[in-house]
Amino acid sequence: MNILVFVESAEGKIKKTSLEAVAYAHGMGGKVAALALGTVDAADLAALGKFGAAKVLHAADARLNDGVIQAYSSVIVQAMQAENADVLVLANSSLGTPVAARVATKLGASIATNVTELPETAAGFVVKKSIYTGKAFSKIEMKNAKKVIAIKKNAAEVKEVGADVAPESFTPQLADADFAAKITATEKATGEILLPEANIVVSGGRGMKGPEHWGPIEELAKVLGAATGCSKPVSDIGWRPHHEHVGQTGVKVSPQLYIAVGISGAIQHLAGVNSSKCIVVINKDADAPFFKAADYGIVGDAFDVLPKLIEAVKAAK
Amino acid sequence: MKILVCISHVPDTTSKINFTDNNTKFDSNGVQFIIGPYDDYALARAIEIKEANAGTTVTVLNVGPADTEPTIRKALAIGADDAVRVNAEPSDSFFVAMQIAEHAKSKGYDLILMGRESIDFNGGVVHSIVGELLGIPSLSPVMKLELEGTKAKLAREIEGGKELLEVNLPFVAGCQEPIAEWKIPNMRGIMSARTKPLQVIEPMAVDSGVSLQKFELPPAKGAVKMISSDNVGELVSLLKNEAKVL
Ligand SMILES: Cc1cc2nc3c(=O)[nH]c(=O)nc-3n(C[C@H](O)[C@H](O)[C@H](O)COP(=O)(O)OP(=O)(O)OC[C@H]3O[C@@H](n4cnc5c(N)ncnc54)[C@H](O)[C@@H]3O)c2cc1C
Ligand SMILES: Cc1cc2nc3c(=O)[nH]c(=O)nc-3n(C[C@H](O)[C@H](O)[C@H](O)COP(=O)(O)OP(=O)(O)OC[C@H]3O[C@@H](n4cnc5c(N)ncnc54)[C@H](O)[C@@H]3O)c2cc1C
Repeated sequence: MNILVFVESAEGKIKKTSLEAVAYAHGMGGKVAALALGTVDAADLAALGKFGAAKVLHAADARLNDGVIQAYSSVIVQAMQAENADVLVLANSSLGTPVAARVATKLGASIATNVTELPETAAGFVVKKSIYTGKAFSKIEMKNAKKVIAIKKNAAEVKEVGADVAPESFTPQLADADFAAKITATEKATGEILLPEANIVVSGGRGMKGPEHWGPIEELAKVLGAATGCSKPVSDIGWRPHHEHVGQTGVKVSPQLYIAVGISGAIQHLAGVNSSKCIVVINKDADAPFFKAADYGIVGDAFDVLPKLIEAVKAAK
Repeated sequence: MKILVCISHVPDTTSKINFTDNNTKFDSNGVQFIIGPYDDYALARAIEIKEANAGTTVTVLNVGPADTEPTIRKALAIGADDAVRVNAEPSDSFFVAMQIAEHAKSKGYDLILMGRESIDFNGGVVHSIVGELLGIPSLSPVMKLELEGTKAKLAREIEGGKELLEVNLPFVAGCQEPIAEWKIPNMRGIMSARTKPLQVIEPMAVDSGVSLQKFELPPAKGAVKMISSDNVGELVSLLKNEAKVL
């Protein structure tokens, strides 16, 4: 089985979720080629070999520096043809998921997104995927010869299994039509830990009372190396940027640790956090529904508990 | 201007999810069905565009069996002009996308709006498959959409920020907040929805690339461990030594 992994980068660095995609493909046990597009750090490209890629392809065309959905789809199809690949693996993301769909359509491939485990291949080719916004799973048989698999965060563990490989340059054919949707600007927080990729998330709700009180949330996130998140009303009223909104209608996170402060735990919020490994809830109301979904809880005022928690984390380091 | 809005008919966000028939069927007992929340944003934006541009029509389409009609009528009550129901179980993303593309290909829609994803199967792919099938751009998740003649300016959410785009009509967009505010039907809307046209068409045959084998529920969560707010240090040591997440 030949597998192509599309790896995404941000500011020249390969994303951790894409390393998981390489690890996933390696776990499937085929011949793995990784494809990176646009400007990417040479060391990051070579290191893909360590995580399981036998071959690294790089299309450095500057037109691919932005994640143009149609152009990326077309380049990936060309790379699959060049590599004679049966399977495409990539990480679910705002770019990966739409690209996966267009590639699958071009190839007549079976597609599964939000995949959480390696396929079972004893009878057919069966993947497990998360559905109902984390409230359930389904097992889906992928029947076509070609397959496109978009994995959810934590579907595979990144491990060093090999050595660096020298990247090979890949030169795709690009048509003007691939750039029909023109990206005119990108507005992005730089240097921040991105919420969908974070191992730890500290999230604040309406209990934080106002944007001017976010200092302790940000400080706790900083000492933990965490990303910051929030509940929907908090981003609706503009206390926090929209991309921090966690839940059913926002970002779905699956970190090792999710710390919720002043969030009541409405079912729509829980839908975005229920695949976290460990959940800590801090709320002044002992009856807040979030405690039922938590592993650890503290009943108390956020403005009293947070400073103590920040000190305790610092002391434990 | 002609706009198509595709809506899914999905369990309300507060539903408890259960399965029957040896975990092969969704248990709809006691479940309330709604227009997908993201699809609701798409519909709201379509209605706003219609209100601002005389002569615009909004058609809603659902691929589903007859019991989705109350959901479709709700979209008509919110302000869509007419509706199409493709009479089939929406068995998978590709099947649904093929039905939508088959309907849309001869209708000359300027804009096809959907939600970024359904809240049942969470595929996040139908808009992009339809875009590819029709040979037009598809953009998702779109959080802002402004029309300027035959062009549109969009904002697409990306991890940690957003991307601004310009694209010519026609295209497909998968929508999310804050593209528009959800609309609630008023009495007049509800009355007029009863008589708005709802056309039922038969599906085209599609070779499906996937088949569902089984559903599973996640393992039950253990009990919460409460820690006194006077002993926050204990939390840190539990996270380190017991949960092993620090
Ligand atoms: C279709 C739909 C989709 C939705 N999608 C989402 C979604 O994606 N994400 C989401 O978050 N919500 C979503 N919601 C909204 C959701 O139902 C809740 O309204 C929302 O999550 C509540 O936000 P909150 O917990 O911040 O606020 P509240 O419910 O107001 O809770 C505030 C909490 O803070 C506590 N508190 C107050 N003061 C303090 C203090 N000083 N210290 C500690 N604790 C304090 C209170 O006890 C309370 O529990 C959705 C709703 C619908 C209908
Ligand atoms: C009784 C029943 C059983 C079902 N069983 C399955 C199943 O076994 N497997 C499965 O994958 N799906 C099943 N579905 C269908 C599911 O509801 C979705 O409609 C379909 O799978 C597309 O899902 P998606 O998650 O890929 O959509 P996404 O790609 O996440 O949806 C993106 C957008 O496409 C539009 N859209 C999605 N579905 C429809 C639709 N049906 N009609 C019009 N527009 C739509 C919406 O605007 C949506 O926001 C079932 C539905 C019903 C009612």
